[in-house]
Amino acid sequence: MFQLISLISAWAIPVMVTFIPLYAFSRKVPVYESFVEGAKDGFGTAIAIIPHLVGMLVAISVFRASGALDFLMGFVSPLVQSLGIPAEVLPLGLLRPLTGTGSLAYTTDLIRVHGPDSLIGMIASTIQGSTDTTLYVLTVYFGAVGIRNGRYALKVGLFSDVVGFIAAIAVCLLVFG
Amino acid sequence: MLNGIWLGMILIGFVFAAVNGRMNEFTAAVFDGAKSGVTVSFGLISVLVFWLGIMRIAEDADLLKKISRVLGPVVSFLFPDVPKGHPAIGYILSNMSANLLGLGNAATPMGIKAMQELQTLNPDKETATPAMCTLLALNTASITLIPATLIAIRLNYGSADPAAIVGTTLAATAVATLAAIAADRLCRRLTLLRRPPGPPPAIRSGTAAAKGSATLPHSSVKG
Repeated sequence: MFQLISLISAWAIPVMVTFIPLYAFSRKVPVYESFVEGAKDGFGTAIAIIPHLVGMLVAISVFRASGALDFLMGFVSPLVQSLGIPAEVLPLGLLRPLTGTGSLAYTTDLIRVHGPDSLIGMIASTIQGSTDTTLYVLTVYFGAVGIRNGRYALKVGLFSDVVGFIAAIAVCLLVFG
Repeated sequence: MLNGIWLGMILIGFVFAAVNGRMNEFTAAVFDGAKSGVTVSFGLISVLVFWLGIMRIAEDADLLKKISRVLGPVVSFLFPDVPKGHPAIGYILSNMSANLLGLGNAATPMGIKAMQELQTLNPDKETATPAMCTLLALNTASITLIPATLIAIRLNYGSADPAAIVGTTLAATAVATLAAIAADRLCRRLTLLRRPPGPPPAIRSGTAAAKGSATLPHSSVKG
């Protein structure tokens, strides 16, 4: 099953890049002109995202550098440790929705220090892999179309992060614990 | 809520920096953050340009329409307000399948394109529609079959079984996605109850499109 899925993953992009133009060509679409026409939009879209991302990443980076994140973690970890959850993975719960690269760096560090096959390594990998960076997704997707009022989207995203975090720990404790 | 979180992070950061005597770090963090915002956006340029080009070919060949006709029923359960056969459905499906396969490079451009198509159905260009919120919920939870990056990292650090986390990740991501869909449904209901739905989404007024802060040329719908 795993082999099959990774095979599909490896083939997906090459197949799409080859067969979408081929199919279009067979339907008499001027493929190259069509490609260039569509590709033009890409630059503007990426540029439109810049102000949103800069604003968000500055706030996150300030929050981390000031020591506020560390304080928050130190505050919550005894509580979690009493539940039998290794406190080391806790910061991930806070980092994951905020910064993708930050939480990946943290996960990598946990794997390096505790070993990839330790319980901590397993939980960290599962948390990192199971959700996406909510604040980034929100910033990029809404930023690209100029949405200012995201309504309940942030709440839903953060809620699912919390659920995913708890689920990741619970499943790992069940399977590897 | 986003305003609160943004200001809150800066404000709390300031207080902590003051208490911990980390004002220099605060300043450095401001410019580091700004720099990485630009770096990340620039990193997006190449994938956006490329995938939007490929997807335009798919659109011109009516491929997206075909896909949305075949798989439409699945999407219309999650996105009841998007009319059948609308190009947004093709992009939403592409985004979902790219996420499933863990192809982040392809998923983001397609998700953005789906957002732009949903924006054409939006009567108020600055407020997210329920369909946009659903798309976002799906992407923040992002079901992935194979967490490729993590498998690579685990392999790198000499794991005996790098793929051991595939099952646990799938379970956790499935739970997170279900929670996201359920919460999205609930919020959608609550907002609909609180105020009557806006005018029918079919209106495409030129002025509204021109006023949005990011006026992006939306793609042509052919056929």
